[in-house]
Amino acid sequence: MSQEVDIPQLGTAGLLRFIWRQLTSMRTALILLMLMGLAAIPGSLIPQRSQNPIAVRQYFIDSPELARWIERLSGFTVYSSPWFSATYILLFISLIGCVLPRTLEHFEAMRAQPPATPRNLSRMEHFQEFAGNGSELELATKWFKKNRFRVRVEGQSVSAEKGYLRETGNLLFHLSLILILLGVSIGSLFGMRGEAIVNKGERFISVPTSYDTLSFGKLSNDESLQPFVIEVIDFVAKYDVLTNAPQDYTATVRVTNAGEKTSTIKTIKVNSPLTFGNTRVYLQANGYSPIVTVRDSTGMVALQGPVPFLPQDGNLRSIGAIKVPDADPQVGFVASFLPTYARDGANGGISVFPEALDPKLLFSIWKGDLGLDSGIPQSVYRIDTSKMERIALDSLKPGETFSYPEGSITFEAFTPWINLAIVDDPGKSYSLYGAIAAILGLLASLFGRRRRIWIRITTTGVVEVAGLAKNGAPGLPAEIEKIVAHLRKEK
Amino acid sequence: MQTTWAYLSNNLVYAAMGVFALSFLAHAFETAWAVRTPEQSEGKEGSVKTKTLDYTRTERAARIATALMVLGFLLLLAGTIARGISAKHVPWSNMYEFSLTGALAFTGAYLAALRKYDLRWLGLFVSISVLLTLGTAITLLYRDSAPLVPALKSTWLVIHVVTAIISGGIFLLSNVIAGAYLYLDSMESRGERKAWAKRLPELETLDQLSYRLVAFVFPLWTFSVIAGAIWAESAWGRYWGWDPKETWAFITWVAYAAYLHARVTIGWRGKRAAWLCLFAGSTFLFNYVYVNVWGTGKHTYSGL
Repeated sequence: MSQEVDIPQLGTAGLLRFIWRQLTSMRTALILLMLMGLAAIPGSLIPQRSQNPIAVRQYFIDSPELARWIERLSGFTVYSSPWFSATYILLFISLIGCVLPRTLEHFEAMRAQPPATPRNLSRMEHFQEFAGNGSELELATKWFKKNRFRVRVEGQSVSAEKGYLRETGNLLFHLSLILILLGVSIGSLFGMRGEAIVNKGERFISVPTSYDTLSFGKLSNDESLQPFVIEVIDFVAKYDVLTNAPQDYTATVRVTNAGEKTSTIKTIKVNSPLTFGNTRVYLQANGYSPIVTVRDSTGMVALQGPVPFLPQDGNLRSIGAIKVPDADPQVGFVASFLPTYARDGANGGISVFPEALDPKLLFSIWKGDLGLDSGIPQSVYRIDTSKMERIALDSLKPGETFSYPEGSITFEAFTPWINLAIVDDPGKSYSLYGAIAAILGLLASLFGRRRRIWIRITTTGVVEVAGLAKNGAPGLPAEIEKIVAHLRKEK
Repeated sequence: MQTTWAYLSNNLVYAAMGVFALSFLAHAFETAWAVRTPEQSEGKEGSVKTKTLDYTRTERAARIATALMVLGFLLLLAGTIARGISAKHVPWSNMYEFSLTGALAFTGAYLAALRKYDLRWLGLFVSISVLLTLGTAITLLYRDSAPLVPALKSTWLVIHVVTAIISGGIFLLSNVIAGAYLYLDSMESRGERKAWAKRLPELETLDQLSYRLVAFVFPLWTFSVIAGAIWAESAWGRYWGWDPKETWAFITWVAYAAYLHARVTIGWRGKRAAWLCLFAGSTFLFNYVYVNVWGTGKHTYSGL
């Protein structure tokens, strides 16, 4: 005969309770914490779209098969991937499940009296006794209160406890982590970030069309864009003559807030952005824009103005594309701008210093179809020359003109451009407060010492003293010595 | 003027390396010559062949070793200060300078601890690791003294980097101790400790010391990460962007948080705790080497 084992029915509620207990157990929390660390690793090894979209695109070109698999596993967007989100959401649920009940418990404990004095003090740690005169209880109570102990007097004994700060700090630390997460969420839901290249002398008006790139949080849109105008009056870059390294970038701007008639002059530096409430404007990058005039064969101006070029190295060798779609046939210049020109056997024209000491514009001229009407988005710094024909190759110094059968190009001058990043993060102050509270909580929880001291006068008038340090916190014996000395001296 | 100070700094660093090498030899001599072979010992004939250590024989070597360590520290201190003067900024703006300051802090921490505890057994390790750090720095990582790039011109350079250096030094020390724990533990499981190892502290002490160091420095590391976030907000326009360096700083933080929880809440001790400690420390080291040398991202100040 087989014995029937009666398994109690768990039921839905029971099952939920079981899952909740498992999830909020310390062991699970620890595993989730380690998983969180592991889950963060791939994002540092695989290029991420949010930081380096160009590297991601290159990855697709170099190994398309592998890239498709990585994409399927959200490997290029690790930190917003379902599995990463799942890990930290579970971790935070587990954390809340751990911390909330403990907070309530701690709150109760703080209002309650310390536990009563144990019956047999001689069995406790740091026990000692001496003959007293009867005034010790009163003295001890005063001493404890002066030293901010929690005191419970019962009959002929005093029970004192101190160091609740340890648990308070512990809870504060964990609750602050929730505040930090909240700040991060608010930032990603309601924030915005945009970038724009502005030439020296130009004005930037903060409307959606002025931005080169612009992204909003999930719950925010165009309407939350703060309207303001920034005019770049001047930009100065200083370089070290020995190492060519940059020393200082300073942009001087005129700022006008929407609806205000007056404007103010401000400076922006790399470590000191411009601030309007939650919105800040950062100086992110800089480069040169050659100012050119392109004429067609009849001498009519087809294009005039500064064209931003993209720096390629520390000496600001910059590449760019001058596209003239209005010429007939269309003309394009694949060009590089060299602020301090030199020739190099292997690379041809190079720049040997980032400041424009001997600037030169090198270009090849192409005619044909620029492909601007194809609907495929194009880089402003490159030209797709597959449907074009090269007609000339030359270099110019500022003020010089080069003529070719379809027209001419004049390299008038050059001007610096700056890249401004405009960022609105309404959640960051929560994260900051959370971080500060977390540190304070951490310090309190790691260095706080919880301990109890008991004193009893026996029927024969002997004073008994003993103590207990939680978590093996040091320093209790010295404290007991102190109170004993105090009690004996005052006799 | 600028280059004079830079040359002076380089010469001082070379001199310090020479002195640390001598100190290493003196430490090695101290331990090697302290071993008494059974024939020399006054034990009875035919008794168990155990080597004993007699450090009174090499007391002079020990004193010389420590004196050389102090001298090396002073030379390195002067070299680091000269480097700072030559560049007119704090000497930790690239990986070379960071290594100098790190080695200086590590030696300083050892010498400071030596005044209070009998840690001379660590001297052999400290001198060789400082020597290797300086050697790597001056051959592979060396860059000419240069002014600060605009992104580093901030008070946070002092706060963020100093706290990171101190945290790193103490993480490393705690790792060494956890490693020593594991080594001695496996040695004890095979029998008695070997003669030279008898001088090292008890397993229990090592276990506690390694934990205390982490508990002490964890808030500082947390602060360093937060200071970095505040700086990143004012320099790059976001306080957290999962840049490789940030990611690994976070991983280190998580690993040490797990270590502290494992010890305090679950009660891990001994071997398991030591392995977890080693793992956490290795994430810090990985961050320092990998992200600085091969990594991409915004923390590319190593100059490599």
